[in-house]
Amino acid sequence: MTTRMLGAPITRREDPRLLAGQGRYVDDIGAGALEVAFVRSPHAHARIVDIDVTDALDVQGLVAIYTHEDLPGRVGEPLPLLIPHPALTHGRTPCALAKDEVNHVGEPIVMVVATSRYLAEDACDRIRVSFDFDPPVVGIENARDGAQLVHDDVPGNVAAHLVQEVGDAAAAIDAAPNVVELDLDIERSASMPMEGKGVWARWDSDDRSLRVYTSTQASTSVRAAVAAKLGLEADRVEVVAPDVGGGFGVKIVHPWPEEILIPWAALTLGQPVKWTEDRREHFVSSAHERGQLHKVRAGFDDDGRLLGLDVTFWHDNGAYTPYGIIVPIITSTQLLGPYKPGAYRVEFFSLYTNTVPVTPYRGAGRPQGCFTMERTMDAIAQHLGLDRTVVRERNFIQPAEMPFDHGLTFQDGRPLIYDSGDYPASLEKLKKLVGWDEFEQYRTAARAEGRRVGIGLACYVEGTGVGPYEGGFVKVETDGGVVVATGLTTQGQGHQTAFAQVVADELGVPIDKVTVTTGDTRRFKYAVGTFASRAAVMSGNAIAVAARQVREKALRVAGEALEADPRDLEIVDGVVQVKGAPGSSVPLATVAVLSNPLRYAFDEETQRATQFASPADPDRPPVAEGDSPGLEGTGYYSPPRSTFANGMHAVIVETDPDTAEITVLRYCVVHDCGTLINPRIVEGQIHGGVAQGVGGALYERMVYDDAGQLLNASFMDFLMPYSTEVPAVETDHLETPSPLNPLGIKGAGEAGVIPGSAALASAIEDAEGFRITRMPISPSELHHLRVQHELASSAEKGLEA
Amino acid sequence: MTDIPADEPLHEVTVVVNGVPRAAAVPARRLLSDFLRHDLGLTGTHVGCEHGVCGACTVLVDGRPIRSCLQFAVMHDGAQVTTVEGCSSGDGGLGPVQQAFRDCHGLQCGFCTPGFVTTITAYLDENPQPSEDEAREAIAGNLCRCTGYQNIVASVLRAAELRGSTGEVAQ
Ligand code: FES
Ligand code: FES
Repeated sequence: MTTRMLGAPITRREDPRLLAGQGRYVDDIGAGALEVAFVRSPHAHARIVDIDVTDALDVQGLVAIYTHEDLPGRVGEPLPLLIPHPALTHGRTPCALAKDEVNHVGEPIVMVVATSRYLAEDACDRIRVSFDFDPPVVGIENARDGAQLVHDDVPGNVAAHLVQEVGDAAAAIDAAPNVVELDLDIERSASMPMEGKGVWARWDSDDRSLRVYTSTQASTSVRAAVAAKLGLEADRVEVVAPDVGGGFGVKIVHPWPEEILIPWAALTLGQPVKWTEDRREHFVSSAHERGQLHKVRAGFDDDGRLLGLDVTFWHDNGAYTPYGIIVPIITSTQLLGPYKPGAYRVEFFSLYTNTVPVTPYRGAGRPQGCFTMERTMDAIAQHLGLDRTVVRERNFIQPAEMPFDHGLTFQDGRPLIYDSGDYPASLEKLKKLVGWDEFEQYRTAARAEGRRVGIGLACYVEGTGVGPYEGGFVKVETDGGVVVATGLTTQGQGHQTAFAQVVADELGVPIDKVTVTTGDTRRFKYAVGTFASRAAVMSGNAIAVAARQVREKALRVAGEALEADPRDLEIVDGVVQVKGAPGSSVPLATVAVLSNPLRYAFDEETQRATQFASPADPDRPPVAEGDSPGLEGTGYYSPPRSTFANGMHAVIVETDPDTAEITVLRYCVVHDCGTLINPRIVEGQIHGGVAQGVGGALYERMVYDDAGQLLNASFMDFLMPYSTEVPAVETDHLETPSPLNPLGIKGAGEAGVIPGSAALASAIEDAEGFRITRMPISPSELHHLRVQHELASSAEKGLEA
Repeated sequence: MTDIPADEPLHEVTVVVNGVPRAAAVPARRLLSDFLRHDLGLTGTHVGCEHGVCGACTVLVDGRPIRSCLQFAVMHDGAQVTTVEGCSSGDGGLGPVQQAFRDCHGLQCGFCTPGFVTTITAYLDENPQPSEDEAREAIAGNLCRCTGYQNIVASVLRAAELRGSTGEVAQ
């Protein structure tokens, strides 16, 4: 019997290549291409008066300079708004090169093409752009105030306004015996993959085709966008996501201006052209996320059960809305987590500011939602003097209540219905893992040593595997190798391993026979992309469907060759054999030959196959109606709706009584993402997510000044955690299979990051004894809060006296 | 405005990379990282920030780790350079540090990985048997956005083990 691959923590098949320095990332490709640099806006809000390129013209190696005026037809029109929504009444997108005005520092104004990047930057240095300044709108308060406008025709800076309500939340809260109110604030961060964006393009004038390599999370959609913008038939455009050095959301946006401009320049100049984003460009021109202000009112009974929840929040969408309002929609629905909120009303405003546009970053609105709900849970516990885990337990949706319909509309436009999950069991595991019930002893002992410690927790539910679909292609070659392709892309999730595991099991072949290609439109044309923790769910299942078709055909063809009923056959280690009589068998390689009536004897396998070939029936066509040559299958998976994973994190922190330094002593994770394809890969995803969660809670923020300058646009000043800042993660897991898909998988990619700020705020609050409402929090901010708190409590004491 | 001569003078730079002498004529301002990647075609060395913070571009010059994005190629004429491509084992398979990363799932997207592999290779030459804390400290100058470092720390320890058992040391 072949060892089962699904669920096996095997090492990754892509690693030897990547470890040997043989990866192929965009900037590794296409030596000798012309190179692009951009003149980007140094101002947050201004009108372009003049662009003077005279001084740049004598730069050695200069090939071309383009401004918006030079862009023909659709190339110069505003970029598409990807996900329109009726509530997004004032969506705005930029042009690929700024037309007349700029709305954030970093917006591209001039594209320079030269024989090297060094020379292109020389030319950029010599281009003079003059501006008339408009007052910049920076920060949610200023945007909300509406005194200054980002876009003249968008009143109040409101891009979108949406209300969803189930029951009468205001009435429920007013009637409740207890009410808490909270103002909660999360700051901006960003995906910040180690590889920035990059595009290479070549027009083949003989073949009349365009090849584009781009560091994207959605190559098929880039292809459609490029074809439409450049007026080419999609069939003449090939887009490949080669090895991609991390994405975390920012590379799902498409087309980025450069994804249109570089192919257009290659087409126009008739030469290969490339652009590699540098780190500063990435900071000021790729997307950010997270910045939101929230106002919460919660009404609850004396046991801590929610009766009504009313949340209003303001979302900073930056200068444009290329990705619609997905992020605030997710916050508004996913903040409910594993709880029954009673009556629920949520309202949000998505606001323009003169800053980098906001699009999903791993977690996509969920960290803010989780922070909002979990801070509320802690506030309820504090109000009633109850243990924080008890309040959560009392509000959990119970396993017997699954599937649970919240009566709301989720990000995919489908009803928000949780498919499965066992939250009480998860919490039980977490309490055990972290030692929740023993913590008070630990605190007492620590206190005796003059140390200040605290424990916190946070729970989340994550809708994963959003539709509409993904596809998979599986083919057995005549040498017995199995090639697999799916259209979605890979940025480090180990798809070449995980999808091979699926195929190895479904087809009964050794895994080293299987080769997987992702994100290459030459190999698979239809796909949605890698985001929303959907790749394993969507492509995993689609590939399983395709593999099952191949298996069925293999058994049919082998059955004819072996004169056996296909139902009596099995495939073991790449050989089709009669169950219980392994002597009667035919290798899959041979079956692949037999399934194609055209059999030139190119290889030994084809020669060998002739012994199995039955004489053709002269009265029937060689390929029967409805059949096709070859041993291959294409399958799609399209779910009715998302599947909901969940998890809970607990964290123990120590805060220094003098310096207010915050140290994470322990970080515990319990997660449930259904059936695991490869536990090692899932664990790695959790580790990486936690690191980003800790970064977002303690270190990372985008610091804009009032003029809209991003003050920390480098790795020197934007503090991403190093190994010394990330705690060791202790994990435990449940596997509650999803009933929605054949493999029972739920997504895992984003999970680790979601509860980071919520759990750390909970622990810091527990250590300090006063409420934490803003994240991230630095030692100096914590120190400041201590001072404020002491002042307030001594004033209170003074009053009492 | 920067003054660039119309014809930038070129300098012949020769380095011994991974044991093989390689040469190219480059302008004085050509970064060592670009020289390795684009003039010599050794694209295993990656560039994550170009301002010396992320460590992705780390290569060994005469056995010592340096950030190739912060140095000019002309500064290293005649040097011995080891890149990730040169961290393989004698027979061309994965070297001990590379193998350790594979064993411990120490990489996801792989973009930061070459800088970690070179850094750790040099570190283990100095400290062949690090403790877990030392291992964590050893990689504390390199950024990774994917892994959360836990498995990279494990990779350092595993690499030490593998080197110990094969008796292999870096050139
Ligand atoms: S690229 Fe050299 S340190 Fe980041
Ligand atoms: S593995 Fe992706 S940045 Fe380290």
